[in-house]
Amino acid sequence: MSVRVLKPGLLTTLQDGGRPGHAALGVGRAGAMDWPAWRLANALVGNAGDEAALEFTLVGPVLRFECDAVIALTGAPVDARAAGQRLPAWTCCVLPAGSELQIGGMRQGCRGYLAVRGGFAVDAVLGSRSTDLHARIGAFDGRALQAGDELAIGTHAPLAWMRASLAPQWLPWSLDPNPWFDFASRPIALLRGRHFDQLDTDSQRMLFNSHFAISKDSNRTASRLDGAALRLKAPLELISEATLPGTMQLPPSGQPIVLQAEAPVTGGYPRIGQLAAVDLPRLAQRHPGDDVCFHETTLEEATLRLARRRQRLQRLLLAIAQRLESA
Amino acid sequence: MTRPFPVDTEALAEDALLLRFGDTIDVTVNARVHAIAERIRARLPGVECVPAYASLLLRFDPSAWSDETSATPIERVRGAVDALLENINAADPEPRLVEIPVLYGDDAGPDLVAVAAHAGLSVDEIVARHAAVTYRVAMLGFAPGFPYLLGLDPALAMPRRDDPRLKVPAGSVAIGGQQTGIYPQALPGGWHLIGRTPLRLFDPHGASPSLLRPGDSVRFQPIDAATFQRLAAAQGAAP
Repeated sequence: MSVRVLKPGLLTTLQDGGRPGHAALGVGRAGAMDWPAWRLANALVGNAGDEAALEFTLVGPVLRFECDAVIALTGAPVDARAAGQRLPAWTCCVLPAGSELQIGGMRQGCRGYLAVRGGFAVDAVLGSRSTDLHARIGAFDGRALQAGDELAIGTHAPLAWMRASLAPQWLPWSLDPNPWFDFASRPIALLRGRHFDQLDTDSQRMLFNSHFAISKDSNRTASRLDGAALRLKAPLELISEATLPGTMQLPPSGQPIVLQAEAPVTGGYPRIGQLAAVDLPRLAQRHPGDDVCFHETTLEEATLRLARRRQRLQRLLLAIAQRLESA
Repeated sequence: MTRPFPVDTEALAEDALLLRFGDTIDVTVNARVHAIAERIRARLPGVECVPAYASLLLRFDPSAWSDETSATPIERVRGAVDALLENINAADPEPRLVEIPVLYGDDAGPDLVAVAAHAGLSVDEIVARHAAVTYRVAMLGFAPGFPYLLGLDPALAMPRRDDPRLKVPAGSVAIGGQQTGIYPQALPGGWHLIGRTPLRLFDPHGASPSLLRPGDSVRFQPIDAATFQRLAAAQGAAP
């Protein structure tokens, strides 16, 4: 009941819903960068709870399944093949024991998710199976997967429709990736931060009216934005405060950064904005070099959009569970 | 309805509220942060408190704070916190005292001589002054279990190194600017290393993962190399 990593891809880690509750001890949340995609991958294999899935970045891994496995792929579009067949994403696939799953590179998007029925059975650390690369917490001492790693799969019941087969099988239906994966690159909703008013007049205008590009230096800690440098009216001397994912900071370089899942728990840079939480996964999915622009939102609107998105996700999770039962 | 201290409440995000009690690094303000964090943890379970020098971040699950009224979750949390702040007894609860044994100087503290030279004091005087003070854990951050300690004797303050080390050994006790701290694991760092503790500061698998918590009092106890070895061996043998 295990999976062997033949090639790890560019950056592949185990992620679940994250590790809340320990920021006061200096431990961040980590967790899946695109949490709806992660949650839907789990639902598509019939995992009810908060199971760890693989999050891969730009180039996916090559894996060998030592046992029969039920898998689902979500997130950015990838070319995934097993036994010479191209596997569909956003649905439930069955791989026979001995299958080699090859996941290719991404032309669009940045992060993909692979869930297995039963979940990856690694020990939880502080209540989570997420890998925190910065704090070195999680499976494999908090590092990214390497060739030769072996991942156990948790126990699980077979699905009723599964038939013994030497070839991969999949369901006749799949989810519409919209709105869970953003193909259209619409503007991203941003709240003004505490220090927005400290930007000079041009910079205030540029933040909401110019285009930035995702820097190739972006990672699980932060999305870095290339483009016109933003300037403060005067330097600010700030003491460290707690920070959180979605916070847009302005370091002295003038290139804004947006903190992501592995945000440090404290920081002292000026906070010029806060992304609407509902749009944070969309930013995490922008490919290096992709264009990004921001439009201003209010906390009320952002809260409402987040609640609606969660309700929509909940309804979809229920619908998937029912369809898997009856498939 | 007037509070004995100023507080600025800022809505940071859909699920986060920041209470700010000042904009300087100040022992009294920081003690207030910890007293209020303790009150909120006790009265509003489910709200995560993240203390810093002069501020307290509150994170909550918006779906747990929404109801049929038109108030947004953050307004409801703000209302609950305001009610707590109105009634707060400003008395600071007695902090927990944690004693940290430290082997000062030589290989354990390669920058001790430089700190002494910078302060114009003898090495022995630096150790005596560093171990004479009761510090307060202002906050943890930078890495899991890394304490930022307030209370350093101003004579011992020293600007950070121009050339940060790529790997500071775990347990290193260090001075950076006006503060002193302890590296819980091998990390890059620009503070001056004056000693090392054999205690393990952070163990993610432990029942209580961090030796230090925000608001704790800390004292350093100078130890010799033999005691360091004995304590280090005992740490290694611990389950």
